Amino acid sequence: MSLTDLEAPSRRGFLQAGLAAGGLALSLSLPVTARGADGATQSFGAYVRIGSDGLVTIVAKNPEIGQGVMTSLPMMIAEELDVDWSQVRVRQADNDPVAFGRQIAGGSMSTPNHWEELRRVGATARAMLIDAASQTWACAAAECSTASGVVLHKASGRKAAYGALAAKAAACAIPDPKTLPLKDPKAYRIIGQPIAQVDTPKIVTGQPLFGIDVRLPGMLYAAYEKAPVFGAKVAGADLDAARAVKGVRKAFVVDPPKLSVEVPGVGGPLGGLLPGVAVVADNWWSACKGREKLDVRWADHPTSAQSTAAFDARAKAVGAGPPARNLRKDGDVAAALKGASKTVEAAYAYPFIAHATLEPQNCTAHFADGKMEIWAPTQLPEPGRQLVAATLGLKPEDITIHMIRCGGGFGRRLVSDFMVEAAWIARETGRPVKLVWTREDDIRHDFYRPGGWHFLQGGVDASGKVTAWRDHFVTFGEGETFVRSANMSPNEFPARFVPNYALDVSVMPLGAPTGPLRAPGSNAIAFVVQSFIDELALAAGADPLAFRLQLLGDQKLVGDGQGAYDAERMRGVVKAVGEMSGWGAAQPKGTGLGCAFHYSHLGYFAEVVKASVAADGQVKVEKVWVAADVGRQIVNPSGALNQVEGSVIDGLSEALLQKITFEGGRTVEGNFNDFPLLRMPDAPAVEVKFLKTDYPPTGLGEPALPPVVPALANAIFAATGKRVRSLPIDPAMLKA
Amino acid sequence: MAYQLTVNGKAQVVDVDPEMPLLWALRDVLGIVGPKYGCGIGACGACTVHLDGTPVRSCQTPVSAVGAAKVVTIEGVGANAIGKRVQAAWSELDVAQCGYCQPGQIMSATALLAQTPRPTDADIDAAMAGNLCRCATYVRIRAAIKRAAGVEA
Repeated sequence: MSLTDLEAPSRRGFLQAGLAAGGLALSLSLPVTARGADGATQSFGAYVRIGSDGLVTIVAKNPEIGQGVMTSLPMMIAEELDVDWSQVRVRQADNDPVAFGRQIAGGSMSTPNHWEELRRVGATARAMLIDAASQTWACAAAECSTASGVVLHKASGRKAAYGALAAKAAACAIPDPKTLPLKDPKAYRIIGQPIAQVDTPKIVTGQPLFGIDVRLPGMLYAAYEKAPVFGAKVAGADLDAARAVKGVRKAFVVDPPKLSVEVPGVGGPLGGLLPGVAVVADNWWSACKGREKLDVRWADHPTSAQSTAAFDARAKAVGAGPPARNLRKDGDVAAALKGASKTVEAAYAYPFIAHATLEPQNCTAHFADGKMEIWAPTQLPEPGRQLVAATLGLKPEDITIHMIRCGGGFGRRLVSDFMVEAAWIARETGRPVKLVWTREDDIRHDFYRPGGWHFLQGGVDASGKVTAWRDHFVTFGEGETFVRSANMSPNEFPARFVPNYALDVSVMPLGAPTGPLRAPGSNAIAFVVQSFIDELALAAGADPLAFRLQLLGDQKLVGDGQGAYDAERMRGVVKAVGEMSGWGAAQPKGTGLGCAFHYSHLGYFAEVVKASVAADGQVKVEKVWVAADVGRQIVNPSGALNQVEGSVIDGLSEALLQKITFEGGRTVEGNFNDFPLLRMPDAPAVEVKFLKTDYPPTGLGEPALPPVVPALANAIFAATGKRVRSLPIDPAMLKA
Repeated sequence: MAYQLTVNGKAQVVDVDPEMPLLWALRDVLGIVGPKYGCGIGACGACTVHLDGTPVRSCQTPVSAVGAAKVVTIEGVGANAIGKRVQAAWSELDVAQCGYCQPGQIMSATALLAQTPRPTDADIDAAMAGNLCRCATYVRIRAAIKRAAGVEA
């Protein structure tokens, strides 16, 4: 990746052409068009450039982490611009909130947040091209049409390519995007087509593409050692021993300044610059060799006694007692339990999990002439810029962030710790520096999916209806605040579907940093809720799938306002997955089907897992069926299917293999030998059906994951009669 | 110490510590960044390259152990007819999500097809078990190998 390539198009050029993504209305106060430096390119806002050769460049505003938005968002623009996809080149935007608004890969929100807006960006540019043509031909704009990057005037047979019209169009009045007609979906030629990722040719030939691939002239390489107990300070280090290693240029202690204000959006104080020792060398391997010689002594730290075993013991004690507070109370749970024909009590637990993006955290930075330039594989650049500014005492406008393709995100790169580390080390070094974390750094300094415990009681009446549900959730936090991603919504299903419902909570303090992991909250809570529903179905003597449909009731919307739960859409996917999977068919001994559903990130998902359990307790997932409702339009069916298949197998890794444990305030696991991922031989076939319902399209990076975990646990119960109540699934518990 | 390497058909000299893993000689010294760092312990396969056609973990291969073996990386594997077919299948099926592991996957798949032109599912499992995909694109990796081999998916 050459510097030239990374720098063009220039940030300045973007601002001149600025069209805000926060809303096109704002863009009208900014010049919407600009002539490119070559004189032959015209820009239509920050998103679209059309060359006199007809080549269309569309800028992808959000970070690409493998979720495919560098392809799918430009597809929305290209469709309404009415060009052929083969005419389009896509360019990744830099961090530029003025031009693009919030740039983020998170929450599966790229599709729902941009579906209207980006189609209108394309339609606006198209209208200006038509305007230019109609002026040239002295005809009414309404008499003109477009196709494949050409404006046509049917009556006279005239036509003009976009490239030939671009210069004139740039001078045309900007129409109000809201007044422009959008295409009938039946006319779509790009949206709805399976289109390969725009970076595919580079991926398959190994071209420089990722943050870790960035190379700058004169660049050095850095390793950074931080305390295994999160946030502990350096008490001493043998810097000279590190400096003596061949190739090492610098070794120094980093003692971060205390920030006067907390920077929002960076994951709290542990998401900032933490104390440590940096080693800078001619290559990264030499930096690591130097680091091995540091023999760092760490200061004592208040959380250095925390451990998974102690959390577990305390949670069980707390869970058995009265909760600290109540988050929701409907009806009278105690009375309903007393009056129930059957009651069930069960304790569920799930562990901390790391993100383990395959590309470890890394970042490249260069400080020169008072300005900081950063190349970051990031999911959320702007808070990183603010963090670098606050920590290094720079002005935000003196910091440029290039968003580089991420080798996986899953929520890890929403935090900018790697960015501020690289910036600090680069300024100290006076040369461009690429900081790379080891895999062990990456797993031991994550922002983990927090572990949690749920102590449940439920009751069903004689007709098999769920009449009572109480959850005492033991999680992490202090007082009334939760640590990041450790909370639970008082609207979480089955709240509002059970007349007597209580959600209670107690918290414990935690030293380790936490944060969102793909489908945060949902990835754990679905396991608890959908497993316990199976336990109640058993108590009621009901089929698990039919029991779920009964629990979902017969109303369309349950609950009020924005938080209402669309039970009709959920019933649709539950029924569909039952049909797809042949639910109800007898299975061989040791094999079972399990089902589950979950709503998250605006998506409705129901899944069935077929699993077998061997005599030694080993679980084999044979097949997974997924029924999904993410609205009326799948933007890119190829990427969509890939996301669902990947989410499902990712969820199986979590269910079967993954846990992070703490001892002495530090993370025990460190690499893929003790924090495994599912591998090819264990990856099942996944059959996916998208139900097309009449709702706006929503995102797919996350919502397919949560149901697979309980669907597997329920399949194991069907196969063995043994109930999985803690993760990861322990084969020893499943031995015949 | 100076070592003569042949990488993707081109003679190269690297003057490095004998213990330096081939991965870092390629990436940081020669600027050949297709092979990826994922774990440093030979557990993920992202760094896979070919030495005389055999897939190896370059993070576990000291430069001094390469000797006269011809090194082929993802950047050069397309010069081989099988490698080219594998890359084409990966493109046609849009295998990648983040794409970070895919250079290693393609190197392992190419080595598999060179040995076993018509692999069974069990052959694919055995040959590809050392390559992690964090995005879990295994369904498509399997399909792409079959497409490149010309066997029915």
